[in-house]
Formats: sequence, C-alpha cells, structure tokens
Amino acid sequence: MMLPSIPAPRTLTIAYRAYVALFFLYLAIPLVVVAAFAFNDSLYPSLPWKGFTLDWFFGTTAPKIGLFYDTAILRGLLNSLMVAVVTTAASVFVGTTTAFLFERYEFRFKGVAYMLMLAPLVIPGVILGISILAFSSSIANAADDAFGIELSALRPGLLLVALGQFSFIATIATLVISSRLRKFDRSLEEAALNLGATPLSAILTVTLPYLSPALIGSSLVAFLMSFENFNTTLMLVGSDAPLTITMFDRMKQGSTPVLDAVSLFLMLGSGLLGLISVMAQRRGAKGAE
Amino acid sequence: MSAGPAQTVAVDGQAAARRLSFLLVFAPFALWIALVILVPQLNLLFLSLQEKIGPRHYVTGVGNYADLFGERVYVLTLVRTVVMSLIATAATLVIGFPVAYYIAKIARGRARTALFVSCLLPFWVSELVRVFGWMLILRETGLLSRLLQWLGLVDGPVEFLYNDVAVMVGLIYTSMLFMVVPLISTLDSLDDALVEAGYDLGGNGFAVLREIIVPHAKPGIVAGSIIVFMLNLGNYLTPTLLGGKNSQWFTAQIYSQFITRFNWESGSAFGFVLLLTSSLLVWLGLRVTGQTLSGTVGKG
Repeated sequence: MMLPSIPAPRTLTIAYRAYVALFFLYLAIPLVVVAAFAFNDSLYPSLPWKGFTLDWFFGTTAPKIGLFYDTAILRGLLNSLMVAVVTTAASVFVGTTTAFLFERYEFRFKGVAYMLMLAPLVIPGVILGISILAFSSSIANAADDAFGIELSALRPGLLLVALGQFSFIATIATLVISSRLRKFDRSLEEAALNLGATPLSAILTVTLPYLSPALIGSSLVAFLMSFENFNTTLMLVGSDAPLTITMFDRMKQGSTPVLDAVSLFLMLGSGLLGLISVMAQRRGAKGAE
Repeated sequence: MSAGPAQTVAVDGQAAARRLSFLLVFAPFALWIALVILVPQLNLLFLSLQEKIGPRHYVTGVGNYADLFGERVYVLTLVRTVVMSLIATAATLVIGFPVAYYIAKIARGRARTALFVSCLLPFWVSELVRVFGWMLILRETGLLSRLLQWLGLVDGPVEFLYNDVAVMVGLIYTSMLFMVVPLISTLDSLDDALVEAGYDLGGNGFAVLREIIVPHAKPGIVAGSIIVFMLNLGNYLTPTLLGGKNSQWFTAQIYSQFITRFNWESGSAFGFVLLLTSSLLVWLGLRVTGQTLSGTVGKG
C-alpha cells in the first residue's frame, strides 16, 4: 500500500492503518493519564480512582492546595510569563532584522554568517546555558574586582534565563520569518517606491503587513518554546524559578495531583496557542499563493 | 551619457542609505551571535583550559580534559550517552517513518489535516508534562504495574522506571515530532508518479522504498536524525526523571560539575567535550549522506 492508487493486499492495508492508529494512541496515552489524574480525589497521582474532585484546581486547605492557591506555582507561572514575553519580543525583533539581512543583502562572509546563525540549533541547550552563565559571571566578577560594582543582573536569574532562551529561539524566529520573506514579490515594494514612498515606509506599509502571519506564528512559537524550555533555563536559574523548574523540583520529590492540574492547564494553554499558530501559518500560506 | 552632479548625489545618497540600512539589520544579528553565542563559547573554551593549582591560582593546560578522560566513569558515561542517543534516534526514525509516509502520501483531505495536527498537538505541550505522563505510567504504583497486577500477570508491584528502557521510551516519545515533521515535508514533495513508475517497472514495495522513496526523503531523514540526535544527547530532563540517580547521562555530569560542585573549569571541559562530540557526529552524518546543514536543518 505505497499509494492509494496502487492495489495492495487487504491485510497489509489493515495492518498499516492499525499501526498508524496505535501510533496515535501511543502519542495520546501519557497526556490522557496526566489529565485524568488531575481530577482524582487522592493525595497521589495514581490509581485507585477515589472519585472526582476539582480540589487540585480550587482547593484551599492543606494537603489539598489547588493550583490557583499554590503560591510557589503561581510565582513560577508569573516568572515564566515575564521571561517568555521578553524572550519573544527580543527573538522576533532580531529574527525579523536577521531575515532581512540574509534575504535582502549580499555581503562578504555571508555563508559563514549564515552558518553562525544556524549554530545555536546544533549546540546542546545545557551548553548554551553554562557558556552564558560562565561569561556573564566573569563580566560581573571583573566589574566587582575593578570597580567594586555588583552587577546583580548578570548573576543567575530571570534576565540570564531570558538571554539563554533568546540565544536559540532567535534562530527559529529567523527561519520562520525568512521563509515567508523569500516568497514576497519585490515588485510590490517597488510599486510603493514609485508611488513616492520612502524605503522605510514601503517596508512598514507593504512588507511588514505581508509578513504578519509569520510574525504572529514566530511569536507564538517563541512564546511556547520559552515557556517550556528546561535545559538552558536549568543552568541559568537563580532564586526566582520559572514554572518548569518549580515543577521539576516537585516531580523529583513525588508530589500531589496538583502537578497534574498544572500540566492540564499547560496543555490547554499551549494546545490553544499551537492551534492558533497552525491556523495563522495556513492562512499565511493561502495569502502567499 | 555622463551623470550630472544632481544624479551623482542621488546615487551617493542611495548607496549611503543602503549602507545604513545594512548596518541597521546587521547590528542586531552581530550582537546576538557575538554576545550570547560566539564569545561565551570561546570563554568556555578558555575556562576549560584553566587548571586550578591552589586557591584563586590557575595555570593554562589541558588538565581538566586529562582528568575527564582519565576517569573511567566519565568516559563510560559519554560513550553510553552517545550510544543510547544513536539507538533512540534510529528507533524514532523507524517508528516515525511509516506514520510520516501515511500522512504525506496516503491520507487525503480532512483526515490528512486532522492527523497532522494531532501529530503536532502533543508536542506543543512541555517536555516536562510528557515525561511526567510516562512517570505516572511506568512507576511502581503506576498504571502499567497496576494493569499487570489486575490481569494477574504479576504478584506484586513492578518498577518500570529508573532503567535504560524507561529512558529510551521517554527519549523516543519526546523527540518524535522532530523526526515526523521534516519527514512529512520531504515526502510531501515526492511525486506520486515516481512511485507508480517504480511499480510499473516491476519493483516490489521494498525496492520502491529503497530506490525511490528513501533517496527522495534523504534531506528529511538527515534533518530529523540530526535534530533528534542532538536533542537526545543534550537532554537532561528525560534521563534524570526516568532514569533516576543512575541514569548516567553526560549532561547530568555537566550539571553536577557546574551547579553541585561549583567546579566550572572542569565543567567547561565536560561541556566542550559534549559540544565537540555532537558537532563531530553531526558533521559525520552530513558527510556520509552528502547533505549540508543549511540544506537540511536550515530549511526550517
């Protein structure tokens, strides 16, 4: 059954379909399990099923402190949101300028520059983390030794987390925006110029609106990637932990189903953002035709 | 025809504007690459070459590397990490390829979109949540253990977590998307007529797969394999949570050198060895398959 048009034995067709179905079951099971235990009226996220409860969302008394009353988790959520907003803004801005750089300009060592732009994709996240940690610490130490100034922003904390995430998310943003910019019909810009627009206003009024699906798409992708990043974040985290780190610490200890509730909350949030980004890109693809 | 003064000024003005606009788009790129990629990596290399010989006293040398390669457990961990990552990558390819092919070539219309989106959705969810799901299934009090007891196949609870198989399951699961999506996009561009021609010329399914489909899908296979291999090799979360204290993953060694022991010089050497290992293997993979980084991963 290599193609629908090619006849194949019925058993083979059925076996192939069954395999694909099994695959999607395998994709879904861990997530379904996590979601289901968020409603289990038990102190542990495991069987037996002790009845339905919403306490892991709205519970106010220990040991059943729900997600919306768990201060550590709420603080983690807030930290993650702040980091994600900063990382997204920086990544999409740099991604846009870099896309223009590679799509519109010829310059010496362009090939080398392009390889450098892709490099963050092939550097393990942990290494991006430790290199930024070591570099910013050495600047902070030098400032302290030479001038007695304490640059606390360069110590592990939310700013470094954002920098670490930006270092590779900017590459993703560049790739997404470049691929749309490449399809842009330059004659539209020239028409604007002929009609008396300045180059800057031509880009602002013609090119950027054309790019908007890619800008929205890359923003959503950047936001999600920042929100869920673990490896780079782990190395740069200070006393304010983003949500992934807070959850990781609890998971190691074996926590209550409040983790299931947070996970379900994250699934719904990221599923929604993911769907919006798929739709934005599909609409963009249609607009490009 | 000679250009008048006004025209020269205009041309000069245009060239200057072009130079200025180039600088404006070049500066953010240069700052990004220099300040958070290039200089920190060079600084890491420099740090890894600093040997501590006393309190606040260092000499330059390769002692940190010698320590790493002199210690059996570190070398074994590195080899183990590479081998397990390769196995997980191969398994991801083998499991994902038929699914990618089904979505790209066999499913049609709405079913195709539905399958593609349901392939994507689980991966919009944080890796942490996905690993958590496997913990709930595999641990001693987890679903699988309960199921086996209920079926009467085992007498007591069975621990499925904290071993290599659990780590492998987690690695394959968490990186599946990064294999399937590049595969779908290359298989999508394969002309159905080529596959039909293969059959018309008397090829069987296997021959068509080997001679037509796989060669065409090569950029996708290489891109997927590189990304998945890199993600596995650099993974910390999955081996730590599913493999437990004895997961012996190389990133865990880096973490312990850097954060637990605060031995940054040695940790930098560990980090550099991991970076060189992954770069070398990625380069080898591209070399052997005749692909380029920008032609595979760079396509996005």
